[in-house]
Amino acid sequence: MLEARQLQFGFRSNVPLLETLSLRLEHGEWLGLSGNSGAGKSTLGKLLAGLLTPQHGDVYVDNKPLTQRGLRPVQWLAQSPELAVNPRWRVGKTLREAWTPSDALIQDFGIRRDWLERLPNALSGGELQRICVLRALAPGVRYLIADEISTMLDPITQVELWQALKQHARHHQLGVLVISHDAALLERLCTRRVHLAGGVLN
Amino acid sequence: MLQINQLNLQLPHYRKWWRREWATCIEDVTFDVQPAEIHAVIGASGAGKSLLASTIMGLLPEGAKATGQLYFDGNLLTSEHQQRLRGHQLALIPQSLNALDPLVRSQRQVSWAARRAGNPHTVAWQLAREALSHYQLDRDAQRRYPHELSGGMARRVLTAMAHVSRANLIIADEPSVGLDPQQRNRVLAALKALALEGKAVILITHDLRHALPIADRVTIMRQGRSVETTQASAFQGQGEQLQSTYARALWHALPNNAFSTSPTRLSSKEPTLA
Repeated sequence: MLEARQLQFGFRSNVPLLETLSLRLEHGEWLGLSGNSGAGKSTLGKLLAGLLTPQHGDVYVDNKPLTQRGLRPVQWLAQSPELAVNPRWRVGKTLREAWTPSDALIQDFGIRRDWLERLPNALSGGELQRICVLRALAPGVRYLIADEISTMLDPITQVELWQALKQHARHHQLGVLVISHDAALLERLCTRRVHLAGGVLN
Repeated sequence: MLQINQLNLQLPHYRKWWRREWATCIEDVTFDVQPAEIHAVIGASGAGKSLLASTIMGLLPEGAKATGQLYFDGNLLTSEHQQRLRGHQLALIPQSLNALDPLVRSQRQVSWAARRAGNPHTVAWQLAREALSHYQLDRDAQRRYPHELSGGMARRVLTAMAHVSRANLIIADEPSVGLDPQQRNRVLAALKALALEGKAVILITHDLRHALPIADRVTIMRQGRSVETTQASAFQGQGEQLQSTYARALWHALPNNAFSTSPTRLSSKEPTLA
Protein backbone atom coordinates (compact mmCIF):
# COMPACT_ATOMS: atom_id res chain seq x y z
CA MET A 1 0.00 0.00 0.00
CA LEU A 2 1.27 3.46 -0.95
CA GLU A 3 0.25 5.86 1.73
CA ALA A 4 0.62 9.59 2.15
CA ARG A 5 0.20 10.60 5.77
CA GLN A 6 -0.68 14.18 6.61
CA LEU A 7 1.31 15.67 3.76
CA GLN A 8 1.87 19.36 3.73
CA PHE A 9 3.67 21.13 0.95
CA GLY A 10 4.08 24.61 -0.45
CA PHE A 11 6.56 26.04 -2.89
CA ARG A 12 6.75 29.11 -0.72
CA SER A 13 6.70 28.00 2.88
CA ASN A 14 3.96 30.39 4.00
CA VAL A 15 1.57 29.47 1.18
CA PRO A 16 0.69 25.79 1.49
CA LEU A 17 -0.41 24.19 -1.78
CA LEU A 18 -1.39 20.94 -0.11
CA GLU A 19 -2.69 20.90 3.45
CA THR A 20 -2.52 17.86 5.71
CA LEU A 21 -3.40 15.57 2.90
CA SER A 22 -3.73 11.82 3.27
CA LEU A 23 -4.10 9.30 0.49
CA ARG A 24 -3.94 5.52 0.16
CA LEU A 25 -3.31 3.49 -2.94
CA GLU A 26 -3.61 -0.28 -2.63
CA HIS A 27 -1.78 -2.93 -4.64
CA GLY A 28 -3.49 -3.44 -7.95
CA GLU A 29 -5.75 -0.44 -7.45
CA TRP A 30 -6.41 2.18 -10.12
CA LEU A 31 -7.05 5.53 -8.51
CA GLY A 32 -8.04 8.59 -10.54
CA LEU A 33 -6.94 12.07 -9.50
CA SER A 34 -8.61 15.07 -11.07
CA GLY A 35 -8.47 18.79 -10.36
CA ASN A 36 -8.10 22.13 -12.10
CA SER A 37 -4.75 23.22 -13.40
CA GLY A 38 -2.69 24.67 -10.59
CA ALA A 39 -4.54 22.64 -7.97
CA GLY A 40 -1.38 20.69 -7.19
CA LYS A 41 -2.11 17.37 -8.91
CA SER A 42 1.35 17.02 -10.37
CA THR A 43 2.93 18.21 -7.14
CA LEU A 44 1.08 15.52 -5.23
CA GLY A 45 2.24 12.97 -7.79
CA LYS A 46 5.84 14.05 -7.42
CA LEU A 47 5.59 13.95 -3.63
CA LEU A 48 4.28 10.39 -3.79
CA ALA A 49 7.12 9.40 -6.11
CA GLY A 50 9.68 11.01 -3.82
CA LEU A 51 10.74 13.59 -6.38
CA LEU A 52 9.73 16.35 -3.98
CA THR A 53 10.05 16.28 -0.21
CA PRO A 54 7.02 17.32 1.84
CA GLN A 55 7.44 19.98 4.50
CA HIS A 56 5.38 17.91 6.90
CA GLY A 57 4.15 14.36 6.79
CA ASP A 58 5.58 11.28 5.12
CA VAL A 59 5.05 8.90 2.26
CA TYR A 60 5.05 5.20 3.15
CA VAL A 61 5.47 2.33 0.74
CA ASP A 62 4.20 -0.92 2.25
CA ASN A 63 4.51 0.65 5.71
CA LYS A 64 8.14 1.64 5.18
CA PRO A 65 9.13 5.27 4.61
CA LEU A 66 9.97 6.08 1.01
CA THR A 67 13.73 5.93 0.52
CA GLN A 68 15.73 8.10 -1.80
CA ARG A 69 18.21 5.38 -2.73
CA GLY A 70 18.21 2.69 -5.38
CA LEU A 71 15.39 1.96 -7.78
CA ARG A 72 12.33 3.80 -6.66
CA PRO A 73 9.33 1.61 -6.00
CA VAL A 74 7.07 4.49 -7.03
CA GLN A 75 7.71 5.63 -10.57
CA TRP A 76 6.53 8.93 -11.95
CA LEU A 77 5.56 9.16 -15.61
CA ALA A 78 5.76 12.61 -17.16
CA GLN A 79 3.40 14.32 -19.54
CA SER A 80 6.14 15.15 -22.04
CA PRO A 81 8.38 12.18 -22.77
CA GLU A 82 10.83 14.39 -24.67
CA LEU A 83 11.95 15.87 -21.37
CA ALA A 84 12.23 12.50 -19.67
CA VAL A 85 14.95 10.99 -21.88
CA ASN A 86 18.52 11.88 -22.70
CA PRO A 87 18.36 13.45 -26.17
CA ARG A 88 21.84 12.12 -27.02
CA TRP A 89 21.15 8.51 -26.15
CA ARG A 90 19.51 6.09 -28.50
CA VAL A 91 16.24 5.14 -26.85
CA GLY A 92 17.31 1.50 -26.53
CA LYS A 93 20.07 2.61 -24.19
CA THR A 94 17.62 4.75 -22.25
CA LEU A 95 15.33 1.77 -21.85
CA ARG A 96 18.08 -0.66 -20.89
CA GLU A 97 19.43 1.75 -18.31
CA ALA A 98 16.40 0.83 -16.22
CA TRP A 99 15.90 -2.78 -17.21
CA THR A 100 15.73 -5.16 -20.15
CA PRO A 101 12.12 -5.99 -20.92
CA SER A 102 11.17 -9.17 -22.73
CA ASP A 103 10.40 -9.11 -26.43
CA ALA A 104 6.80 -10.04 -25.72
CA LEU A 105 6.35 -7.05 -23.45
CA ILE A 106 7.99 -4.73 -25.99
CA GLN A 107 5.50 -6.00 -28.51
CA ASP A 108 2.57 -5.58 -26.11
CA PHE A 109 3.38 -1.90 -25.92
CA GLY A 110 3.43 -1.64 -29.70
CA ILE A 111 7.11 -0.75 -29.78
CA ARG A 112 8.99 -1.70 -32.93
CA ARG A 113 12.52 -3.01 -32.50
CA ASP A 114 14.05 -0.49 -34.89
CA TRP A 115 12.79 2.39 -32.73
CA LEU A 116 15.31 1.34 -30.11
CA GLU A 117 18.15 2.22 -32.47
CA ARG A 118 16.90 5.76 -32.96
CA LEU A 119 17.54 8.99 -31.15
CA PRO A 120 14.57 10.54 -29.32
CA ASN A 121 14.16 13.28 -31.92
CA ALA A 122 13.46 10.63 -34.57
CA LEU A 123 10.45 9.31 -32.67
CA SER A 124 7.06 10.89 -32.29
CA GLY A 125 5.68 11.85 -28.89
CA GLY A 126 3.42 8.82 -28.78
CA GLU A 127 6.21 6.43 -29.68
CA LEU A 128 8.52 7.92 -27.10
CA GLN A 129 5.81 7.87 -24.45
CA ARG A 130 5.43 4.11 -24.87
CA ILE A 131 9.18 3.69 -24.32
CA CYS A 132 8.99 5.84 -21.19
CA VAL A 133 6.06 3.86 -19.80
CA LEU A 134 7.83 0.57 -20.47
CA ARG A 135 11.00 1.89 -18.85
CA ALA A 136 9.07 2.57 -15.64
CA LEU A 137 7.85 -1.03 -15.39
CA ALA A 138 11.15 -2.43 -14.12
CA PRO A 139 10.87 -5.29 -11.63
CA GLY A 140 10.71 -3.83 -8.15
CA VAL A 141 8.42 -1.00 -9.17
CA ARG A 142 5.22 -1.31 -7.16
CA TYR A 143 3.34 1.88 -7.99
CA LEU A 144 3.02 4.16 -10.97
CA ILE A 145 2.06 7.81 -11.03
CA ALA A 146 0.73 8.47 -14.52
CA ASP A 147 0.63 12.24 -14.85
CA GLU A 148 -1.39 13.10 -17.97
CA ILE A 149 0.59 10.54 -19.94
CA SER A 150 -1.91 10.17 -22.75
CA THR A 151 -2.96 13.75 -23.52
CA MET A 152 -0.66 14.03 -26.53
CA LEU A 153 -1.77 10.73 -28.03
CA ASP A 154 -4.48 10.06 -30.56
CA PRO A 155 -7.46 8.03 -29.33
CA ILE A 156 -6.32 4.68 -30.72
CA THR A 157 -2.79 4.94 -29.40
CA GLN A 158 -4.28 5.98 -26.06
CA VAL A 159 -6.40 2.89 -25.87
CA GLU A 160 -3.49 0.66 -26.82
CA LEU A 161 -1.21 2.21 -24.24
CA TRP A 162 -3.75 1.95 -21.45
CA GLN A 163 -4.67 -1.61 -22.36
CA ALA A 164 -1.05 -2.72 -22.34
CA LEU A 165 -0.50 -0.97 -19.04
CA LYS A 166 -3.67 -2.38 -17.55
CA GLN A 167 -2.67 -5.90 -18.48
CA HIS A 168 0.80 -5.52 -17.03
CA ALA A 169 -0.50 -3.86 -13.87
CA ARG A 170 -3.02 -6.64 -13.31
CA HIS A 171 -0.35 -9.29 -13.77
CA HIS A 172 2.07 -7.64 -11.35
CA GLN A 173 -0.48 -6.11 -8.97
CA LEU A 174 0.79 -2.59 -9.57
CA GLY A 175 -1.06 0.29 -8.01
CA VAL A 176 -1.61 3.11 -10.47
CA LEU A 177 -2.50 6.73 -9.78
CA VAL A 178 -3.91 8.28 -12.95
CA ILE A 179 -3.77 12.07 -13.03
CA SER A 180 -5.94 13.57 -15.74
CA HIS A 181 -8.31 16.36 -16.66
CA ASP A 182 -10.31 13.89 -18.66
CA ALA A 183 -13.26 12.76 -16.57
CA ALA A 184 -14.33 10.21 -19.17
CA LEU A 185 -10.89 8.61 -19.18
CA LEU A 186 -10.79 8.34 -15.39
CA GLU A 187 -14.27 6.90 -15.44
CA ARG A 188 -13.07 4.17 -17.79
CA LEU A 189 -9.81 3.32 -16.08
CA CYS A 190 -10.24 3.77 -12.38
CA THR A 191 -12.16 2.01 -9.67
CA ARG A 192 -11.94 4.96 -7.33
CA ARG A 193 -11.65 8.67 -8.01
CA VAL A 194 -10.59 11.65 -5.92
CA HIS A 195 -10.72 15.34 -6.71
CA LEU A 196 -8.08 17.79 -5.55
CA ALA A 197 -9.24 21.33 -4.89
CA GLY A 198 -7.94 24.01 -2.55
CA GLY A 199 -5.22 21.72 -1.24
CA VAL A 200 -7.56 19.01 0.00
CA LEU A 201 -8.91 15.80 -1.49
CA ASN A 202 -12.54 14.85 -1.70
CA MET B 1 -10.07 29.14 -50.59
CA LEU B 2 -7.39 26.48 -50.50
CA GLN B 3 -7.37 23.34 -52.55
CA ILE B 4 -4.86 20.59 -52.09
CA ASN B 5 -4.51 18.24 -55.00
CA GLN B 6 -2.72 14.90 -54.81
CA LEU B 7 0.01 16.19 -52.58
CA ASN B 8 3.04 13.97 -52.09
CA LEU B 9 5.99 14.75 -49.90
CA GLN B 10 9.27 12.98 -49.40
CA LEU B 11 11.90 13.93 -46.87
CA PRO B 12 15.49 12.78 -46.75
CA HIS B 13 16.82 11.16 -43.65
CA TYR B 14 20.29 10.01 -42.91
CA ARG B 15 21.26 6.63 -41.67
CA LYS B 16 24.91 6.52 -40.56
CA TRP B 17 25.94 10.10 -41.43
CA TRP B 18 25.98 9.94 -45.20
CA ARG B 19 23.56 7.29 -46.43
CA ARG B 20 20.57 9.25 -47.53
CA GLU B 21 17.19 7.59 -47.75
CA TRP B 22 13.83 9.02 -48.67
CA ALA B 23 10.87 8.70 -46.40
CA THR B 24 7.46 9.26 -47.89
CA CYS B 25 5.69 11.46 -45.37
CA ILE B 26 2.61 12.57 -47.28
CA GLU B 27 1.04 10.53 -50.01
CA ASP B 28 -1.80 11.50 -52.27
CA VAL B 29 -3.56 13.96 -49.98
CA THR B 30 -6.48 15.81 -51.52
CA PHE B 31 -8.92 18.11 -49.79
CA ASP B 32 -10.11 21.69 -49.84
CA VAL B 33 -10.99 24.39 -47.33
CA GLN B 34 -13.74 26.92 -47.84
CA PRO B 35 -14.06 30.40 -46.34
CA ALA B 36 -15.84 30.51 -42.97
CA GLU B 37 -15.08 26.85 -42.44
CA ILE B 38 -13.10 25.03 -39.81
CA HIS B 39 -11.57 22.03 -41.45
CA ALA B 40 -10.09 19.67 -38.89
CA VAL B 41 -7.19 17.47 -39.92
CA ILE B 42 -7.04 14.59 -37.50
CA GLY B 43 -4.44 11.88 -37.24
CA ALA B 44 -2.13 9.98 -34.96
CA SER B 45 1.34 11.27 -34.25
CA GLY B 46 3.51 10.72 -37.28
CA ALA B 47 0.59 10.91 -39.69
CA GLY B 48 2.10 13.91 -41.47
CA LYS B 49 -0.26 16.55 -40.11
CA SER B 50 2.34 19.12 -39.18
CA LEU B 51 4.25 18.52 -42.41
CA LEU B 52 1.05 19.29 -44.25
CA ALA B 53 0.96 22.66 -42.49
CA SER B 54 4.60 23.30 -43.41
CA THR B 55 3.89 22.39 -47.01
CA ILE B 56 1.01 24.83 -47.25
CA MET B 57 3.06 27.58 -45.66
CA GLY B 58 6.13 26.76 -47.75
CA LEU B 59 8.24 26.12 -44.69
CA LEU B 60 9.57 22.70 -45.58
CA PRO B 61 13.14 21.86 -44.68
CA GLU B 62 15.69 22.00 -47.46
CA GLY B 63 15.88 18.96 -49.64
CA ALA B 64 12.22 18.02 -49.33
CA LYS B 65 10.58 16.73 -52.47
CA ALA B 66 6.95 17.77 -52.84
CA THR B 67 4.72 17.02 -55.82
CA GLY B 68 1.08 17.80 -56.47
CA GLN B 69 -0.68 21.14 -56.59
CA LEU B 70 -1.88 23.66 -54.08
CA TYR B 71 -4.39 26.25 -55.23
CA PHE B 72 -5.05 29.36 -53.17
CA ASP B 73 -8.04 31.46 -54.30
CA GLY B 74 -7.89 29.63 -57.60
CA ASN B 75 -4.22 30.39 -58.27
CA LEU B 76 -1.46 27.84 -58.20
CA LEU B 77 0.53 28.34 -55.02
CA THR B 78 4.22 28.39 -55.88
CA SER B 79 7.04 28.91 -53.42
CA GLU B 80 7.37 32.57 -54.50
CA HIS B 81 3.67 33.03 -53.84
CA GLN B 82 3.95 31.37 -50.49
CA GLN B 83 6.77 33.65 -49.49
CA ARG B 84 4.76 36.70 -50.51
CA LEU B 85 1.49 35.57 -48.96
CA ARG B 86 2.96 34.40 -45.67
CA GLY B 87 1.88 36.77 -42.94
CA HIS B 88 -0.67 38.46 -45.21
CA GLN B 89 -2.93 35.76 -46.57
CA LEU B 90 -1.52 32.66 -44.94
CA ALA B 91 -0.98 32.49 -41.22
CA LEU B 92 0.29 29.65 -39.10
CA ILE B 93 -0.33 29.25 -35.40
CA PRO B 94 2.61 27.01 -34.63
CA GLN B 95 2.52 24.01 -32.36
CA SER B 96 5.54 24.94 -30.33
CA LEU B 97 5.39 27.84 -27.92
CA ASN B 98 9.09 28.24 -28.65
CA ALA B 99 7.96 30.11 -31.74
CA LEU B 100 7.68 33.20 -29.56
CA ASP B 101 10.81 35.29 -29.20
CA PRO B 102 11.78 34.85 -25.53
CA LEU B 103 13.38 38.29 -25.32
CA VAL B 104 10.44 40.34 -26.59
CA ARG B 105 7.29 41.36 -24.74
CA SER B 106 4.09 39.98 -26.15
CA GLN B 107 2.64 43.23 -27.45
CA ARG B 108 5.79 43.99 -29.44
CA GLN B 109 5.77 40.53 -31.01
CA VAL B 110 2.18 40.91 -32.10
CA SER B 111 2.90 44.37 -33.48
CA TRP B 112 5.65 42.83 -35.61
CA ALA B 113 3.05 40.52 -37.10
CA ALA B 114 0.83 43.54 -37.79
CA ARG B 115 3.69 45.35 -39.52
CA ARG B 116 4.43 42.33 -41.66
CA ALA B 117 0.82 42.58 -42.80
CA GLY B 118 1.60 46.09 -44.10
CA ASN B 119 0.51 48.38 -41.28
CA PRO B 120 2.62 51.40 -40.37
CA HIS B 121 4.42 51.30 -37.06
CA THR B 122 2.00 53.27 -34.89
CA VAL B 123 -1.07 51.53 -36.28
CA ALA B 124 0.58 48.16 -35.76
CA TRP B 125 1.23 48.96 -32.11
CA GLN B 126 -2.42 49.88 -31.62
CA LEU B 127 -3.66 46.84 -33.54
CA ALA B 128 -1.51 44.57 -31.40
CA ARG B 129 -3.05 45.98 -28.25
CA GLU B 130 -6.56 45.54 -29.59
CA ALA B 131 -5.89 42.01 -30.75
CA LEU B 132 -4.43 40.99 -27.40
CA SER B 133 -7.35 42.54 -25.54
CA HIS B 134 -9.66 40.70 -27.91
CA TYR B 135 -8.12 37.44 -26.68
CA GLN B 136 -8.59 38.45 -23.04
CA LEU B 137 -4.96 39.35 -22.44
CA ASP B 138 -4.91 42.42 -20.25
CA ARG B 139 -2.36 45.27 -20.14
CA ASP B 140 -0.29 43.34 -17.67
CA ALA B 141 -0.09 40.28 -19.92
CA GLN B 142 0.73 42.47 -22.91
CA ARG B 143 3.86 43.65 -21.15
CA ARG B 144 5.02 40.20 -20.14
CA TYR B 145 7.76 38.11 -21.67
CA PRO B 146 6.83 34.69 -23.06
CA HIS B 147 8.22 32.77 -20.07
CA GLU B 148 5.94 34.77 -17.79
CA LEU B 149 2.85 33.62 -19.66
CA SER B 150 0.95 30.41 -19.05
CA GLY B 151 0.60 27.91 -21.89
CA GLY B 152 -2.90 29.06 -22.69
CA MET B 153 -1.93 32.72 -22.67
CA ALA B 154 1.06 32.10 -24.95
CA ARG B 155 -1.20 30.21 -27.31
CA ARG B 156 -3.56 33.18 -27.38
CA VAL B 157 -0.65 35.49 -28.15
CA LEU B 158 0.14 33.28 -31.15
CA THR B 159 -3.53 33.35 -32.15
CA ALA B 160 -3.52 37.15 -31.83
CA MET B 161 -0.57 37.26 -34.24
CA ALA B 162 -2.57 35.28 -36.79
CA HIS B 163 -5.52 37.58 -36.13
CA VAL B 164 -3.70 40.87 -36.78
CA SER B 165 -2.21 39.52 -40.00
CA ARG B 166 -5.75 39.59 -41.42
CA ALA B 167 -4.92 36.35 -43.19
CA ASN B 168 -7.75 34.57 -44.89
CA LEU B 169 -6.33 31.15 -44.28
CA ILE B 170 -5.24 30.26 -40.78
CA ILE B 171 -3.56 27.00 -39.93
CA ALA B 172 -3.63 26.08 -36.26
CA ASP B 173 -1.22 23.28 -35.44
CA GLU B 174 -2.24 21.42 -32.27
CA PRO B 175 -3.54 24.58 -30.59
CA SER B 176 -5.06 22.80 -27.62
CA VAL B 177 -2.30 20.44 -26.58
CA GLY B 178 -1.11 20.80 -23.00
CA LEU B 179 -3.88 23.13 -21.93
CA ASP B 180 -6.40 22.55 -19.20
CA PRO B 181 -10.06 22.30 -20.26
CA GLN B 182 -10.88 25.93 -19.58
CA GLN B 183 -7.89 27.28 -21.50
CA ARG B 184 -8.49 24.79 -24.30
CA ASN B 185 -12.07 25.91 -24.71
CA ARG B 186 -10.96 29.53 -24.86
CA VAL B 187 -8.42 28.81 -27.59
CA LEU B 188 -10.87 26.72 -29.60
CA ALA B 189 -13.55 29.38 -29.21
CA ALA B 190 -11.05 31.92 -30.58
CA LEU B 191 -10.59 29.75 -33.68
CA LYS B 192 -14.33 29.38 -34.09
CA ALA B 193 -14.67 33.17 -33.93
CA LEU B 194 -12.11 33.51 -36.72
CA ALA B 195 -14.11 31.15 -38.89
CA LEU B 196 -17.30 33.10 -38.16
CA GLU B 197 -15.50 36.20 -39.44
CA GLY B 198 -15.22 34.41 -42.76
CA LYS B 199 -11.70 33.04 -42.54
CA ALA B 200 -10.79 29.55 -43.54
CA VAL B 201 -9.28 27.65 -40.64
CA ILE B 202 -7.35 24.40 -40.81
CA LEU B 203 -7.31 22.85 -37.37
CA ILE B 204 -4.57 20.25 -37.07
CA THR B 205 -4.96 18.04 -34.03
CA HIS B 206 -4.98 14.49 -32.71
CA ASP B 207 -7.73 15.40 -30.30
CA LEU B 208 -10.79 14.22 -32.19
CA ARG B 209 -13.20 14.73 -29.34
CA HIS B 210 -12.56 18.41 -28.82
CA ALA B 211 -12.18 19.24 -32.49
CA LEU B 212 -15.59 17.84 -33.41
CA PRO B 213 -17.81 20.44 -31.71
CA ILE B 214 -16.19 23.34 -33.58
CA ALA B 215 -15.25 21.69 -36.88
CA ASP B 216 -17.41 21.76 -39.99
CA ARG B 217 -15.58 19.10 -41.91
CA VAL B 218 -13.00 16.57 -40.85
CA THR B 219 -10.18 14.96 -42.79
CA ILE B 220 -8.71 11.89 -41.17
CA MET B 221 -5.05 11.27 -41.95
CA ARG B 222 -3.16 8.12 -41.37
CA GLN B 223 0.44 7.38 -42.20
CA GLY B 224 0.62 10.26 -44.61
CA ARG B 225 -2.56 9.49 -46.49
CA SER B 226 -5.94 11.13 -46.16
CA VAL B 227 -8.26 8.32 -45.21
CA GLU B 228 -11.55 10.14 -45.30
CA THR B 229 -13.05 13.60 -45.53
CA THR B 230 -16.45 13.91 -44.00
CA GLN B 231 -18.85 16.25 -42.27
CA ALA B 232 -18.12 16.54 -38.56
CA SER B 233 -21.70 15.50 -37.90
CA ALA B 234 -20.93 12.02 -39.24
CA PHE B 235 -19.19 11.27 -35.95
CA GLN B 236 -22.15 10.18 -33.92
CA GLY B 237 -23.82 7.07 -32.59
CA GLN B 238 -21.92 3.97 -33.62
CA GLY B 239 -20.25 5.82 -36.46
CA GLU B 240 -22.45 4.26 -39.12
CA GLN B 241 -22.04 7.29 -41.37
CA LEU B 242 -18.26 6.95 -41.46
CA GLN B 243 -16.83 5.37 -44.57
CA SER B 244 -13.47 4.07 -43.42
CA THR B 245 -12.76 1.52 -40.72
CA TYR B 246 -9.96 3.72 -39.39
CA ALA B 247 -12.28 6.68 -38.80
CA ARG B 248 -14.72 4.35 -37.11
CA ALA B 249 -11.95 2.89 -34.97
CA LEU B 250 -10.89 6.39 -33.88
CA TRP B 251 -14.46 7.17 -32.93
CA HIS B 252 -14.81 3.93 -31.00
CA ALA B 253 -11.57 4.47 -29.13
CA LEU B 254 -12.80 7.59 -27.36
CA PRO B 255 -13.30 7.12 -23.63
CA ASN B 256 -16.92 8.31 -23.92
CA ASN B 257 -17.59 5.60 -26.50
CA ALA B 258 -16.33 2.03 -26.40
CA PHE B 259 -12.72 2.83 -25.35
CA SER B 260 -11.59 -0.17 -27.37
CA THR B 261 -9.52 -0.76 -30.45
CA SER B 262 -12.06 -3.07 -32.06
CA PRO B 263 -13.27 -3.56 -34.78
CA THR B 264 -9.75 -3.44 -36.19
CA ARG B 265 -6.54 -3.55 -34.24
CA LEU B 266 -4.18 -1.04 -35.70
CA SER B 267 -0.82 0.72 -35.59
CA SER B 268 1.36 -1.92 -33.93
CA LYS B 269 0.68 -4.54 -36.59
CA GLU B 270 1.21 -2.34 -39.58
CA PRO B 271 4.48 -0.67 -40.43
CA THR B 272 4.62 3.00 -39.62
CA LEU B 273 6.58 5.59 -41.50
CA ALA B 274 10.22 6.04 -40.82
